[in-house]
Amino acid sequence: MLGLNTKDTRLLLIVIALTLSTPILLQPFAEGTGLAQFNAGYPDLMQRFAIFGIFAIGFNILFGLTGYLSFGHAAFLGVGSYSAVWMFKLLSMNILPGLILAVIVSGLFALLIGFVSLRRSGIYFSILTLAFAQMSFNLAYSVLTPITNGETGLQVTLNDPRILDGVNASPYTNLFGLPMSSSVKLELLGRLFTFNLGYYFCAVIAILAFYLSLRIFRSPFGLMLRAVKCNQQRMSYTGLNARPYTLAAFVISGMYAGLAGGLLAAMDPLAGAERMQWTASGEVVLMTILGGAGTLMGPVLGAGFIKYFENIFSKINDTVLHSWFAFLPDGIEDALVFVVQPFVGKGWQLTLGLVFMLVVVFLPGGLMEGGQRISAWIRRKSRKDDGRADSEHRPGTSPHIAE
Amino acid sequence: MGLLEVKNIGKRFGGLQALDDVTLSVRENTIHAIIGPNGAGKSTLLNVLVGKLIPDTGSVMFDGQSVLGRKPHEINQMGISRVFQTPEIFGELSVMENMLIPCFAKRDGAFRLHAIESIRSEKGLNAQAEQMLSDVNMIDKRHMNAASLSRGDKRRLEMAMCLVQQPKLLLLDEPTAGMARADTNNTIELLRELKSKHDITMVIIEHDMHVVFSLAERITVLAQGTPLVEDIPANIKGHPKVQEAYLGQSAEGATG
Ligand SMILES: Nc1ncnc2c1ncn2[C@@H]1O[C@H](COP(=O)(O)OP(=O)(O)OP(=O)(O)O)[C@@H](O)[C@H]1O
Ligand SMILES: [Mg+2]
Repeated sequence: MLGLNTKDTRLLLIVIALTLSTPILLQPFAEGTGLAQFNAGYPDLMQRFAIFGIFAIGFNILFGLTGYLSFGHAAFLGVGSYSAVWMFKLLSMNILPGLILAVIVSGLFALLIGFVSLRRSGIYFSILTLAFAQMSFNLAYSVLTPITNGETGLQVTLNDPRILDGVNASPYTNLFGLPMSSSVKLELLGRLFTFNLGYYFCAVIAILAFYLSLRIFRSPFGLMLRAVKCNQQRMSYTGLNARPYTLAAFVISGMYAGLAGGLLAAMDPLAGAERMQWTASGEVVLMTILGGAGTLMGPVLGAGFIKYFENIFSKINDTVLHSWFAFLPDGIEDALVFVVQPFVGKGWQLTLGLVFMLVVVFLPGGLMEGGQRISAWIRRKSRKDDGRADSEHRPGTSPHIAE
Repeated sequence: MGLLEVKNIGKRFGGLQALDDVTLSVRENTIHAIIGPNGAGKSTLLNVLVGKLIPDTGSVMFDGQSVLGRKPHEINQMGISRVFQTPEIFGELSVMENMLIPCFAKRDGAFRLHAIESIRSEKGLNAQAEQMLSDVNMIDKRHMNAASLSRGDKRRLEMAMCLVQQPKLLLLDEPTAGMARADTNNTIELLRELKSKHDITMVIIEHDMHVVFSLAERITVLAQGTPLVEDIPANIKGHPKVQEAYLGQSAEGATG
């Protein structure tokens, strides 16, 4: 189906099902219970899951397939946001023109940066991309303030021309008049489910983005990108020019980042330069490696994992901890809170760092490898329970890109 | 005039004259062997031919066109393929994927953005790749990771990757090193068969004299960067200069 084999079709269907039911899946805990704060099914966060999923999927096309580690991809995210907001100001609050321009401009920008950076490989390439991104970040604060509005950030205002919008057009970002913020709420079994248009718009784009990356992974082009990672020498003596392949991958992943940036602006029409900072570039690297670079699902998982951490784990403060350990004797309660406290709340990054270290050391293939090891273990166990010998024992296979 | 005309090539590495005024002509449709002791400059000569090294002096003409100054992928697209002394394959990819890459390169050229098509739907190329794998007796290994192959199999895979492109000129740098006797004989058979089926010219560097004398129609002996003699195999065997420069060291050569 859709030019995919059975296995990939199944994977795509699973992704579609999960994405569409996210508003339900992320609200597992009933309102009013102590665990309700771990629910993540509110629009703002779900939009972020989808948007950063797109960002990571695109980044993975470059890093996962070719092995070129860009440390400047946030620049494309920022450029996408600025482009989209400019369209909202000049043309229309309908998000489509903004998104289209975001993809085009970030693609052109990636072409320029990629053309220069890809003259080097390895660490020099990474440093070049980092330098370009930091340059963009600084320019956004200085020379380019007429375009970026400097530290205040670029915003939509009531005086914007918006030449395509009529007098009575919605002042909010919308899709042909339907505002992105519109939601349907549903209360069921003590849980509150919010079905938000903005989320579903992002979700559909994310599914398309995933589908495209699946096609790229299975295409001759994807094969060439993996060849780049493996052995560029053999590639050139086989009559292939590695440079345009890596450049194409760079531009495609830049366009994904621009799309993600455009979507960020479409959900909240504000663009600031901090979106281009090197920490933002580092984040997408973490997402991809944490989930499993080079795997299809890994980056999406990694993006979800990090965004969940950033938004939920960071909310566990002292009061919450005390309420958790309240059943313990006072002295022990205080001691426990004292020990745990640095790792939660504002210290979420510390925990994330530890998790990241553990994953890189013990699961070099990321969370995907963890998942595969568990499922292999379960399969082995159930086979043993059947009384059959495990004849095809394959130790330590790294995650195949098919997964 | 030969298919490959190498004229007065010189190449210096620091204080070492690796190639010194090398002139060589390889006629179309012949198997031309280059032999010589370790460090004679054989691999260096191939490096010049495929664009990996730029010589200090001299010229290289292939099929009437100059090779020097072109990039390796352009030289390959002209019809020159090379099997390296240490196998150069795509280790992390499967054997079948290794075979498909040269098939795509041959059909689509140095770059093509075929990002949406699926590899599986390329029935013709898949069949071609599988046929070649059958020819080298590796079809049962097509799903294996190339890095996990034995040294001999890696070589055969690399050879198959070159052959599937049907190059006009195939350069083989010690193709049977690391192979078991039976595989060596298979390789000899394979190369002979290819030679009779297609118009293919080969330059083969080999320390194994059994291989050299089974295949070669002409032999050039290289020593210290200079060609000593070039002749038909029968005349090379007993040549005094060759005895002196090469066969005297054959014990060492066999290990290299
Ligand atoms: N890139 C290089 N830089 C410096 N010296 C080199 C380089 N490549 C080869 N050499 C030197 O040039 C000489 C010729 O090397 P070459 O590899 O061509 O020998 P060979 O005839 O292929 O030997 P073998 O039979 O051992 O493969 C050697 O002394 C080698 O050390
Ligand atoms: Mg050599």
